[in-house]
Amino acid sequence: MILSLLILIPIVGAIVIAFVPRDQDNMIKWLAVGITALALLVSLPLYFNFQDGVSGYQFEEIRPWIPALNIGYHVGIDGLSLFLVLLTTFLTLISVISSWTAITDGLKEYMIFMLLLEAAVIGVFVSLDLFLYYLFWEASLIPMALLIGKWGGARRIYAAVKFIIYTMAGSTLMLVAALVLYVNAGTSDLPTLVSTLNLSQNLQIILFFAFALAFSVKVPLFPLHTWLPTAHTEAPTAGSIMLAGVLLKMGTYSYLRFAIPLFPDAVAYWSPMLVTLAIIGILYGALVALVQDDVKKLVAYSSVAHMGFIVLGTFSGGQQGMSGAVLQMVNHGLSTGMLFFLVGVLYEQRHTRLFSEYGGIWVKVPIFGTYFLLAVFSSVGLPGLNGFVGEFVILLGTFSVNPIAAALGTFGIVLAAWYLLTATRKVMMGPFNEANRNLKDMNMREAGIAFALILFCFIIGLFPNLLFDKINPATAQLAETISATTLIAGQ
Amino acid sequence: MIGEVPLSYYLLLSAILFAIGAGGVLIRRNVIIVLMCVEMMMNAVNLTFIAFSRYLDSTTGQIFVFMIMAVAAVEVAVGLALLVELNRHKASVNINDFNSLKG
Amino acid sequence: MSQLIWLTIALPILGLLINGLFGRRIGNRVVSIIAPLMVLLAFLVGVGALFDVMGHEGEAVTVHLWTWATIGDFNVPINLQVDPLSVTMVLVVTGVGFLIHVYATAYMVHSDDHGHDHDDRDFSRFFTFLNLFIASMLVLVLGDNFLMMYVGWELVGVSSYLLIGYWFDRPSEEQTPIDLGPNTEPVKLQPLLSPSASGMKAFIVNRIGDVGFALGVFLIWSTFGTLQFNEVFAEAVHVSETMPNVIPWIAALLFVGAIGKSAQIPLYVWLPDAMAGPTPVSALIHAATMVTAGVYMIVRSNIFYSLAPEVSMGVAIIGMATAFFAATIALVQVDLKRVLAYSTVSQLGYMFAAVGVGAYTAGMFHLITHAFFKALLFLGAGSVMHALHDVIDIRRMGGLKDKMKITWITFWIGGLALAGFPLMSGFFSKDEILANVFAVSPVLWFFGILTAGMTAFYTFRAIFIAFHGKPRDLHLYEHAHESRPPITFALIVLAVLAIFGGVLGLPVFLELPNFLDGWLEPVLYALPHAAEEHHMAFGTELTLMITSAVVAVSGIFLAYFFYMLQPSIPQNLARSTRPLFALLAHKYWIDELYDTLIVQPGLKLSRAFADGLDKVVIDETFIDGTARLFGRFGGMLSKLQNGYTGSYALATFIGVIIMISYFFLR
Repeated sequence: MILSLLILIPIVGAIVIAFVPRDQDNMIKWLAVGITALALLVSLPLYFNFQDGVSGYQFEEIRPWIPALNIGYHVGIDGLSLFLVLLTTFLTLISVISSWTAITDGLKEYMIFMLLLEAAVIGVFVSLDLFLYYLFWEASLIPMALLIGKWGGARRIYAAVKFIIYTMAGSTLMLVAALVLYVNAGTSDLPTLVSTLNLSQNLQIILFFAFALAFSVKVPLFPLHTWLPTAHTEAPTAGSIMLAGVLLKMGTYSYLRFAIPLFPDAVAYWSPMLVTLAIIGILYGALVALVQDDVKKLVAYSSVAHMGFIVLGTFSGGQQGMSGAVLQMVNHGLSTGMLFFLVGVLYEQRHTRLFSEYGGIWVKVPIFGTYFLLAVFSSVGLPGLNGFVGEFVILLGTFSVNPIAAALGTFGIVLAAWYLLTATRKVMMGPFNEANRNLKDMNMREAGIAFALILFCFIIGLFPNLLFDKINPATAQLAETISATTLIAGQ
Repeated sequence: MIGEVPLSYYLLLSAILFAIGAGGVLIRRNVIIVLMCVEMMMNAVNLTFIAFSRYLDSTTGQIFVFMIMAVAAVEVAVGLALLVELNRHKASVNINDFNSLKG
Repeated sequence: MSQLIWLTIALPILGLLINGLFGRRIGNRVVSIIAPLMVLLAFLVGVGALFDVMGHEGEAVTVHLWTWATIGDFNVPINLQVDPLSVTMVLVVTGVGFLIHVYATAYMVHSDDHGHDHDDRDFSRFFTFLNLFIASMLVLVLGDNFLMMYVGWELVGVSSYLLIGYWFDRPSEEQTPIDLGPNTEPVKLQPLLSPSASGMKAFIVNRIGDVGFALGVFLIWSTFGTLQFNEVFAEAVHVSETMPNVIPWIAALLFVGAIGKSAQIPLYVWLPDAMAGPTPVSALIHAATMVTAGVYMIVRSNIFYSLAPEVSMGVAIIGMATAFFAATIALVQVDLKRVLAYSTVSQLGYMFAAVGVGAYTAGMFHLITHAFFKALLFLGAGSVMHALHDVIDIRRMGGLKDKMKITWITFWIGGLALAGFPLMSGFFSKDEILANVFAVSPVLWFFGILTAGMTAFYTFRAIFIAFHGKPRDLHLYEHAHESRPPITFALIVLAVLAIFGGVLGLPVFLELPNFLDGWLEPVLYALPHAAEEHHMAFGTELTLMITSAVVAVSGIFLAYFFYMLQPSIPQNLARSTRPLFALLAHKYWIDELYDTLIVQPGLKLSRAFADGLDKVVIDETFIDGTARLFGRFGGMLSKLQNGYTGSYALATFIGVIIMISYFFLR
């Protein structure tokens, strides 16, 4: 029931907000906070009642939906999706609070879209039926595109159109592939498909490609990434947090949930290609980030690099890599979300994101500076914070399979240090830029958000087993699937 | 009692009505007349339905006719409303003036 | 007490939390009590652990805190290991660390021209970072597995980054050119990097080394299936028999990490620039403790290096080359702290030469004595800077001995120890290294002894210029004054240690007790077949020792002759060898070389990617191009939409007719 509730709460909330008069700004804000907080609260039992060490789905719910076509409403979570659901409810609340003063125009619609986005994304992470999944997958595009297109920057329409067409074009082939599966098995239920499908290897290779294309656009994997910097630079702060924090994870999560279990025989065929692209993404994203003059663009390209690590772990790291990849999804959501939030704090006051407009502001805004540094450290992968755990485990797992890839990936962390510290230096250090003399430090609301985010960064960094214990059973099963098929292929 | 009018008469009449309607839609420029021609085509179809209903001794056709009449009433209401708006917008009833969907 | 060893880490963390979160509220005086107090308490816990370890003859005690991560067969606990090696490091770190904390409470108070004292703007931030460093360094040395070592390794890197860039808004500084007398063009010097740039440089260069270290850790895991020290080391001999190539790779990769962290060729470039940080930082991090992490790492994993003699030889060669190379640069530096910085690089080279030839105890011995006397020298330099309002150029000093007696005397003591003057601590440790190096390679020893001579020379060059002779800048001289008690306290304690630190490892061949030798025995893995120790004849050892002493004394005398008796000589010499002098003054142009070969091409590549490949090729050509292609195609088809309702209706009719005729005609 919890999972259905999680999808329903934001939808019902959105309907309620739709009936609030549009001049009641405060009421809309508090309603939105209340609804997202309720969703977060409802999602907490998922963690506490989750059974460790058990593989398979939990909190499952199966209902007939379109019985004539054998399409069902089937939701459930396991170690792969648990933390992504929690991340979504958490980041949505953060996003709503972070929009407190940033959004003045069309607040009502804004909050409605935020809530619908939450519902769609949770739907993606919990769906265990291909058609239900596809429905949520496409549904998530609409509120996001509207958030960018209405509340974005100067080129917002271009960015929104690019975002929606690019990602939709990516997923059309997936629909075709899903239909092929449906026709073959007569059902769209994922667990049934996984256990009954018996496709030839060639067909698997083709279908894997169709699925992977959709996911790779979403991740985004080099060279399908160019929609991301545009979307991020134009999106409002909360939109960027949601986009980087949870929407990108839909791609990497779907690899693990759909592409690998459905087409295990194709993994060996495609993984060299995906690993190569991931490595290119890590290095290329970092290099491009190095010379950006817009803070948000830098963070956007850093996302390309960081998401590369997740793909690397997924396809080359065995169980360590996969567990690391799942963890890294959460990590990236927290640290990049925090970076976008902090950039938003500056942007709200100065209305610019150019490095040249800042410099030496740490003197003026010590609290902001501390959080910014911590966010950067988390993103750079500093021990004690979350990013380190994910990157280390991914690279460790990768190394025993593919040392060259691991070496190149490890080199990526040097570049990460280079571009993020350059950014820190340009924004916070050096002689004070007088243009910032009226800059105010974070208020209680902003500091509270940053504190909540960084707290989880520390918890994950120090006690990653709190998460790994729940992630491991799922990844163990996946790793077994892959190694079993590679063994057969090898014989 | 006059003998039954053969089915073919009805069909012929309905075909003629339909052709007149279609010709009107294609040729006339006045939007109101185009709309009337569309109605005429629809009624031609209605006539066919009723004729067959009688001929086959089945009420299905008549039900369809009621359905179509209801829809036609709605359609006319919407159509005329649009027409009034268009007329306000362009001060014209010439169908060729309304070409903003031109590629 | 060993069970409480986690307190040594927890206390500085507590300190940093208090100072970091409430530093502004509780006031700077409270901050300056809490920070040193925490380190002192940690030191006391360390002393307790020392007695514990001595009590049970060096056997390691492991304290399990929690399990960090478990994934399949990957399992890493957070354990602290108390054994002779880690306790030694804990005592050095917290002991010297405490003194430097005390010193810093006075150093971070600046007095202006009117004699008013002002706390540094971010007083509490400084002590927060300083405590963070202590905690990180203790994680590095106390961890019982390679992951924790790596964690500490990275954390000290970040503390160093934060502390170097502590005065983050200071700009880069121009340096006055070196005057070579009339009729000769002065040698221009590169501007000094700003603190923020220096910090970044340090972090990134360190990270390059860390890549090697991380890969080494990965290789250890994929070979041994564990990262625990005791399990890995127990298996190492077996692995080296079954997979002979793996151990040298591990040793080499880990050493890459050490090259970065301990500032060896070719990654030493960050250390001289790290002097942009406050002086206590230079003393603590960039002289006494963090930079010796590489030495600690090699001693800890000594079995890898013993099993990979060719890699060890490489370590020794790189170490000695660094020692020599850095010493030559130090000869002509005009910035007091930079003289000491290059000297640190050079001394670290000695330590690597020692561990490279298998003299792990000698390496550790020099690590300890170096921590004492180099910290002392840096703190002395800081005391001078404090007196002269942050002037650090020795060309503006002179005659300071009358103004600051304690600083002067302690600086002399530190200088003597660094120069290897007989019976000072540095003498014994350096001699032990050189003797061990001689036993393996007389060529390396020759470079070692040359370096020793240069060390004595440049140290006393700086001392004579700064403290003796006539004041060169009268205004500065007038305002100079002895520093306040916290500073002189630290100087005096360190001076005592710098004199007597040598008793830890008196020469064995003179039948004096060498405490360290037996002390570190438990952590050194004896190889079954490597029984032959480097035992040399008594006469050889004695000759070597006397040679070192003579070289040190003559180096000092040469400096005296050059800078006190015949001050015209150095300038004339520099003028006659101008190209060589300029080469040294410009540090062999290595920074510029790296900039042209690595940094600029990297940036150029980035720009090409960002503006060319990403923007033009991928985005505008492929992605938007595809969209445009469809757009154009659609544009052609849209011509069919002529806007005449009649023609649409006609098209519909024709379509219907075609469909109907199809049904009839098929």
